Amino acid sequence: MVTIGCVIKTPGSSKNNKTGSWRTFKPILDKEKCIDCDNCIIFCPDSSVNKQHDINYDYCKGCGICAHECPSDAIEMVKE
Amino acid sequence: MDIPDKDLLSPGHRGCAGCGASIAVKLALNALGENTVAISATGCLEVMTTPYPETAWEVPFIHVAFENSGAVASGVEAALRIQGKDDVNVVAFGGDGGTVDIGLQSLSGAMERGHNLTYICYDNEAYMNTGIQRSGATPFGATTTTSPKGVASFGEDKPKKDMPMIMAAHGIPYVATASIAYPEDFVNKVKKAAAVKGPAYIHLQQPCTTGWGFDSSRTIELGRLAVETGSWILYEIENGEFKITFTPEERKPVTEYLSQQKRFRHLEEEQISKIQKFVDAQCAELGL
Repeated sequence: MVTIGCVIKTPGSSKNNKTGSWRTFKPILDKEKCIDCDNCIIFCPDSSVNKQHDINYDYCKGCGICAHECPSDAIEMVKE
Repeated sequence: MDIPDKDLLSPGHRGCAGCGASIAVKLALNALGENTVAISATGCLEVMTTPYPETAWEVPFIHVAFENSGAVASGVEAALRIQGKDDVNVVAFGGDGGTVDIGLQSLSGAMERGHNLTYICYDNEAYMNTGIQRSGATPFGATTTTSPKGVASFGEDKPKKDMPMIMAAHGIPYVATASIAYPEDFVNKVKKAAAVKGPAYIHLQQPCTTGWGFDSSRTIELGRLAVETGSWILYEIENGEFKITFTPEERKPVTEYLSQQKRFRHLEEEQISKIQKFVDAQCAELGL
């Protein structure tokens, strides 16, 4: 049933939608090469890299921005 | 840059892979913090973040129509003020269509009345959500579905509307331009805008992988190229005082920016030199 005014009462409920299924290429991070610049966190459109630089494949759409913006080439895009 | 424990725009939203608008809004919300009410015009952002019955927003959010985010934000701000809730950030987002075309009247009213709010235009330079139709913010030479390249046309034949200067002409305390490719500059400007008493306007350039035609991994690179070629100039106007906030070491020729995008790839020497001249003139005018 549609709520009055189409009110959505659960903040962040888009998390139900696992956009990881959109992915063709998967970013793989080599933590040995990581220099903690945080570019991958700052520029991720899908909030899929956490503070420890773990990639959340439930939501990562595989856009490749993280790999492209990584100054130490620590992220490789690998075909799913 | 401070990295928050949790982003205030959640994943699972339907933005395209490599979407610049979601990066923009994520950065802006994280700068403003939880004590924020967000308003959005119709557009990519509203459609992709609120597919009923889900929402990506972790702060209160209201969408009404295409043309009235300025009016809705005014109402939200006035309602909070009358309740004595002066410490809540009110931020409105509109795309270029919702800002420079359809929402201009209500935004102008909000600015002129002096509401204490921040308006952020995320400018991807056409109506992307409905299939890449031109807007007043579409730059000269770009091909869109309503300014298509072909035998009779080279694409958009009018220059981009100078929206930040139209806002500055309202005499509001804070106006800035920004780019998602310069996140620290953008976040600083959002914080300044929120701290200002009265209206603030930020015009953010946001490359669009779908509408501009480039690989989804290059969203930030394209934003950087826009700034490095002088095609997009980062500045702020604080209480009438104009200041450039980023100067590229050496300004690159515009072709380095244009040639990377499908929307400009058809352009011939004549139009490219016209664009270069226009960019040179604008850089000279603003002192870049």
